[in-house]
Amino acid sequence: MKYILFFLISTFWFQGEYPDANQILEKVDQNMTAKNQVYQSKMVIHGRRSARVITSKGWTEGDDKALTEYLSPAREEGTKMLKLEDQLWIYSPSSDRTILISGHMLRQSVMGSDLSYEDMMEDRKLTELYDAEVVGEETVDGRNTWVLALEAKVEDVSYQSRKIWIDQERFVPLKEELYAKSGQLLKKTTMKNVEKIEGRWFPKTVIYKDMLKEGEGTEFTLTEVKFDQDIPDYIFSKAALKR
Amino acid sequence: MLTFKLALKNLLGAGMRTWLNVAVLSLAYIVIIFYNGLIDGWNQQARHDSILWEYGQGQLWHQSYDPYDPFTLQEAHGTLPQSADSKALIPILITQGSIYPQGRMQSVQLKGIPPHQQLLALPTHSLDNTTHVMPALIGKRMANTTKLRKGDQVLIRWRDKNGTFDAREIVITEIFDSDVSSIDNGQVWLPLQGLQEMTGLQEQATLWVAGGGYQPTSLEHWKFQSQDALLANLDAVIQSKKASGFIIYTLLLGIALLAIFDTQVLSIFRRQKEIGTYMALGMTRLQVVGLFTLEGGANSLLATVVGSLYGVPLLLYLANTGFAMPAASDNYGLTIAERIYPVYSVGLILGTIALVVIAATLVSFLPSRKIAKMNPTLALKGKVQ
Repeated sequence: MKYILFFLISTFWFQGEYPDANQILEKVDQNMTAKNQVYQSKMVIHGRRSARVITSKGWTEGDDKALTEYLSPAREEGTKMLKLEDQLWIYSPSSDRTILISGHMLRQSVMGSDLSYEDMMEDRKLTELYDAEVVGEETVDGRNTWVLALEAKVEDVSYQSRKIWIDQERFVPLKEELYAKSGQLLKKTTMKNVEKIEGRWFPKTVIYKDMLKEGEGTEFTLTEVKFDQDIPDYIFSKAALKR
Repeated sequence: MLTFKLALKNLLGAGMRTWLNVAVLSLAYIVIIFYNGLIDGWNQQARHDSILWEYGQGQLWHQSYDPYDPFTLQEAHGTLPQSADSKALIPILITQGSIYPQGRMQSVQLKGIPPHQQLLALPTHSLDNTTHVMPALIGKRMANTTKLRKGDQVLIRWRDKNGTFDAREIVITEIFDSDVSSIDNGQVWLPLQGLQEMTGLQEQATLWVAGGGYQPTSLEHWKFQSQDALLANLDAVIQSKKASGFIIYTLLLGIALLAIFDTQVLSIFRRQKEIGTYMALGMTRLQVVGLFTLEGGANSLLATVVGSLYGVPLLLYLANTGFAMPAASDNYGLTIAERIYPVYSVGLILGTIALVVIAATLVSFLPSRKIAKMNPTLALKGKVQ
């Protein structure tokens, strides 16, 4: 009898236990992070009356180097954005000028989308900024997920708390919510089209939605992605902007 | 006196030609006085309103604050040193944020001000609200662009001193109507303490507005902007408007003076026998020149009388009812009332009369100089010289 009781107690105990949130985040990092990435993307910005489509090609290396070149529409063609650690440079072919985006300008929207330059600049690891805890399990798009609640442990973060839904099997985030200090939901990110690319699970579509604004948000789709490529050093230099 | 009577008789005898000159000249009078009166009226109203609603007796700015560079707002705040005479000052904290009326995002400046202040005309008493929703005050222009009305609740988003986003609802407790657009467009006024708590900038302000009796002293990290310095931009606009007006009425006055000049040239050409007769009767050349100059100059005196007949009632009417400015003319950051009441100073009226009389006399004298070179005998015979 006491063995049965011990079995039942331990079964319920372990059912209530969730894995360590930091370990989950590390597994997500291992899955999502590569030495570098080369991709082509399509960004659909849904406006009140119509939608704009912007295509681009990008190169990223680690968390602190990224170059994006816009391919279309014609008015954005040739515009380049270079992120080097905490600096963001934009090259405009029409004026043949390179400008440094800083201060409040970083808070402006990127090409009218629901993304700010600052959102693009975020490169610190979540485990450095937040205390994470698994608070439950939910099903998202038919996939079992861990629900992680993140609370800021440092002062200089944009969002005081976050909630992330992570696929229990593939260790890919499927949904994320970003909250203000007051608890107001500010932004919502949904990841779709998770595919296995070069041995890692990767969401090819991300939908960003500013929850305070009306509209359907901004849809970012990777049309082509390659990991761990040989990217020449000059790509991540200011000189490359004018090439 | 005889010369003056003779000049006036000759002038009136010229009939329609004289009255045409007088009509154009009197119009120039009215336009000059009205335009300058309008600018002076605008200047007086704008200065009065700017002081009443925004500038007070001067402002003490944080050293990093630049009203034309919103990027400075991130750093432009601090506490006032103990040595400052804070009794005669009211603090204002400014930060950037966003407002979401009907789901649209709009950048705004959030301004914190003590609800019990009485230095500025802003109805800040409406911010002394103890409901659970933060009270807010906006101007009529802001209300128009955001389609917000009194009692509406709307969401605002801002960042605290560390850059962390925060958002909450506010309720519009009052919509004020001010001619000063620079305290209205894209601005939301909140209780100072509330904004300080929202941003984590307790006891801090971006600027302090000075009241009467404030004695500016040198304070570390703060710079005092005198009332004159704050009004310098308005003065510059007024000066440029006066300059552009000068061009308009110079053209009008030029047309009138040209008409007088032509009349004089024609008179001297056609009245040679008369000139010869004056000389034969014993008038010196200079006296004849004086007579013709006086005739021309008397146009301006007649224009003063005629201009007074229709101008005084017209200008007084406009001074009482005001001149309606085009809608939205104050949305460009300038302080302009919906109606401007022209102000006609004694200096303006006397100065305008002096300007027109001197100018008309001068253009009358220039062709009359020819008389001094005339041969009296040939003139008497009416021969062209």
